[in-house]
Amino acid sequence: MQWETVIGLEIHAQLATKTKIFSGSSTEFGAAPNSQASAGDLAMPGTLPVLNEEAVRMACLFGLAVDAEIGEISRFDRKNYFYPDLPSGYQTSQLDLPIVGKGHMDITLEDGSTKRIGITRAHLEEDAGKSLHEDFSGMSGIDLNRAGTTLLEIVSEPEISNAKEAVAYARAIHSLVQYLGVCDGNMAEGSFRCDCNVSVRPVGQKEFGTRTEIKNVNSFRFIERAINTEIRRQIELIEDGGKVVQQTRLYDPAKDETRAMRSKEEATDYRYFPCPNLLPVVIEPGYLEQLRTTLPELPAQKRERFQSQFSLSAYDASVLTASRAMADYFEQVEKICGDAKLAANWAMGELSSLLNKDNLEIGQSPVSAQQLGELLVRIKDNTISGNIAKAVFEAIANGEGSADAIIEKRGLKQVTDSGAIEAILDEMLAANATEVEEYRNADDNRRKKMFGFFVGQAMKASRGKANPQQVNELLLKKLEG
Amino acid sequence: MAFTSTDVQTLARLTQIRLDNDGPDRLASNLDQLTALTECISGVATNGIEPLVSPLDMTQRLRADVVSEPNQRELYQSLAPATENGLYLVPKVLD
Amino acid sequence: MHQQTLAQQARALAKGDYSARELATHYIQRIEQLDPQLNSFITLTAEQTLAQADAADSARANGSASALAGLPLAHQDTFCSKGVRTSCGSKMLDNFVAPYSAHLLEQLAAAGAVSLGKTNMDEFGMAASGTSSFYGATLNPRDAQRISGGAACGSAVAVAAGLASAASGCDSFGDIRLPAAHHGLTGLKPTYGRISRLGMTANASSFDQAGFITRSAEDAALLLQAGAGFDPRDSTSASEPVSDYSTTLGQPLNGLRIGIARNLFDEALDGRIAAQVLASAEQLQQLGATLIDIELAHADQAVACATIIGSGEASTNMSRFDGVRFGHRCDNPASLDDLYQRSRSEGFGPSVQLQVMLGAYYLSVGQYERYYVQAQKVRRLIKQAFVAAFDTVDLILAPVTAALPRLLSEAADVAAERDSQRYTALANLAGLPALSMPCGLVDGLPVGSQLLAPWFQEARLLNAAHQYQLATDWHTGRPSGY
Repeated sequence: MQWETVIGLEIHAQLATKTKIFSGSSTEFGAAPNSQASAGDLAMPGTLPVLNEEAVRMACLFGLAVDAEIGEISRFDRKNYFYPDLPSGYQTSQLDLPIVGKGHMDITLEDGSTKRIGITRAHLEEDAGKSLHEDFSGMSGIDLNRAGTTLLEIVSEPEISNAKEAVAYARAIHSLVQYLGVCDGNMAEGSFRCDCNVSVRPVGQKEFGTRTEIKNVNSFRFIERAINTEIRRQIELIEDGGKVVQQTRLYDPAKDETRAMRSKEEATDYRYFPCPNLLPVVIEPGYLEQLRTTLPELPAQKRERFQSQFSLSAYDASVLTASRAMADYFEQVEKICGDAKLAANWAMGELSSLLNKDNLEIGQSPVSAQQLGELLVRIKDNTISGNIAKAVFEAIANGEGSADAIIEKRGLKQVTDSGAIEAILDEMLAANATEVEEYRNADDNRRKKMFGFFVGQAMKASRGKANPQQVNELLLKKLEG
Repeated sequence: MAFTSTDVQTLARLTQIRLDNDGPDRLASNLDQLTALTECISGVATNGIEPLVSPLDMTQRLRADVVSEPNQRELYQSLAPATENGLYLVPKVLD
Repeated sequence: MHQQTLAQQARALAKGDYSARELATHYIQRIEQLDPQLNSFITLTAEQTLAQADAADSARANGSASALAGLPLAHQDTFCSKGVRTSCGSKMLDNFVAPYSAHLLEQLAAAGAVSLGKTNMDEFGMAASGTSSFYGATLNPRDAQRISGGAACGSAVAVAAGLASAASGCDSFGDIRLPAAHHGLTGLKPTYGRISRLGMTANASSFDQAGFITRSAEDAALLLQAGAGFDPRDSTSASEPVSDYSTTLGQPLNGLRIGIARNLFDEALDGRIAAQVLASAEQLQQLGATLIDIELAHADQAVACATIIGSGEASTNMSRFDGVRFGHRCDNPASLDDLYQRSRSEGFGPSVQLQVMLGAYYLSVGQYERYYVQAQKVRRLIKQAFVAAFDTVDLILAPVTAALPRLLSEAADVAAERDSQRYTALANLAGLPALSMPCGLVDGLPVGSQLLAPWFQEARLLNAAHQYQLATDWHTGRPSGY
């Protein structure tokens, strides 16, 4: 039987508010356990929530960026369940009136085409604390520093057809929230987490199959693997005559399998109802208009501009705008060296392999945009060749200083004095008299091949420093001589 | 409605309350009485009426995003039944 | 000294008739002597009390005494008081020493008031009998066979018996006004949002309102002045300006239109109480007010509406008591569920367990629309009925209680208990300010008359009650022996 997959993602983006959504506690990552848990975060008797204005601003900014409906009124509701990382016994969230309504996100597929994924809604809610499972004499430890941190839950329509699309969508949202400056996107610290709703159905069937939800997948690689694993599991299950049960599952990367969560076996009645301690949040149209003027250039706009302004290919533009940090880096390099194509090639080539090799983010690059820009200037003005530049780049990455300092120290300056180059050539040709003789008697085809040999010998003799173009010209003159 | 012992058990599970032996019967009878008292609500014509959540027609005020809570862990944890290394302790949590 | 009202004590302290320390000492001695038989206090803080009294005396000596300097108050044990046990009448919080103070307590302390201690209450405010506290029932000083009424039983009895000059309380469905009426006292529930809820342990969040039980409307005005005002830490706190309640007490009632809510004088109401309440209306008429008969639509559904929404809110407000971060924890929990279930069933008494489960029922998937949402709609209708009524009248007069306090032997009747809030829950549903004032005796027991004003018109409410109390002396009665 032919199967098709239906996927919807729920992305939890931790908003970059300095304080929690309903209390004045710091949200800084990595503090000592429970040192950022106030009386309110601990749900002490008599404490009350007051909404953080930055949470509202960031949620609305996201809504504007995905072209979403933003209603004038949104509300907070209580979702009731007991868990030690949830101090009040209810999560304050938004059920019926989310702050951000229907919107959409365009993703680029592998074949270069674009697909529009609907965004059902995005709502504000509080994050839970953390349960630490190390052994405390048979007990678990609860750290509530994260409890009450601002989350924006972004819910997609079930319009994603495979794991690759899911990753493309997640990456697009990930990139967008960072462009907007509303989320640091740090997946390792849990700032950006993804729940994947997956179901399968025979091709042609209208109704959805029973879905499972894979909770808290925290890397793009795992999103792809978890979804594919779960699709396989569901198909095998059905083909063996079984039934998919609606449940929450966890992905175990080590075993590459999903398994049902033990704590969520029983279907819970969350008893949602409007929180009486929080009042309707009113978003005035004027507020949104003002906010719209603060929207930065978004990935799609930047991609188009890169293509038109810098004459870059669609592919190059999309790679360079995948993250705001990369786009900013590229633009800075371009500004310094004045050559977009050169800047793009270096950013996507040497720089990216350097980062990949050490698994670094662009923000952690050992070569700053300033340093790379200055290096490329030296290619442009013929001080060094592209090949030499690669060696200089490595030296910069090793912390040996600026391009100019390294060129100076290592004496890598390109030889452009034609007299000096001629001298090198004469010496080289004299040493290879037999080959010169052979060249002069050869046909065009043979000559082309042999010409490369002479260029190589000349560059070797100059230790790579001779200007390649001048070498070509002068060598031709001498051989044809 | 008349609450059965099973209904009461379901509510007890939802609210994490353990019932003693006569608990279900006593609670069922009390729940019967109170829900009987609230039955009159269903007869009221409320078409087109907006539910009222808070008695005053106010809207949510917003707080500036400024840290205002100092670390008072020692004070707060002096109230806690069990802590270790700054963590609240509970029986093993399943994931 | 304890026969004086708060306002009289304020004047006596100002004149130097006695010191704050003498006054506080007098009350501490009375509490030690008389409270063992009444059980109106849960926690006494004699040392702190005297320190506060001394501070008030020094402030007065150097001319910096604030409005309430040296006045001895008691506080319902639902208000967090930093460094002092705040139990809410529950075993769950028997070991809870509040790490911060409620906004109201901060305000009163800033005005120089002295705190005598924390008063007994129905557990978490979730009953109306005065019998459900973990610390035992508060006794009715006028009739030991009858309940003291609640939830603010301790605050009412302490003031009635002269163990405190005035007391704070939380009124969710009538919890201040009902016991005030039972004990011949003045009970004020201000507009929802007039006094911050910060630090007041929640019962039903959209109903709970801090207020006062006092010997007179004049005393209530003094306390409201200090307690009212905007608090940015409570999203439902009102920014409405606070008027000067004491200076507007002397206005004549000429031209004041008082609506008599005729449909509240129903078959449930004891005819003898009805007669006294209507007599209070006539008294107000003699003072210049005009009486106008009105109907309050949907008043019949008030108890149902308040029960559904109130228990729903209360149910989830109680979820934080889970034995993890504070409060009671069972011994040797075997698992997480065991920790939750034993801690909560040991920590909560029957009335709280009932409210928690009842609320969970109304909020559950099958019942939510039918009960909860419907009740929220009826709540709006009730509010609209008041909006319409206040188009034609300035105040509304109604009974407080339908009957005399129930006999202790009937205290466990949960339906009767809920029904006892039939005239008072209306103000909480609509968020209105309301006041109960003594208006007569039935079988030798005090009964009250209730005045309701439009939102934030506490000044009008207090003025009318004060004028009434200038012309009558029902509010001066005391239980014999106290």
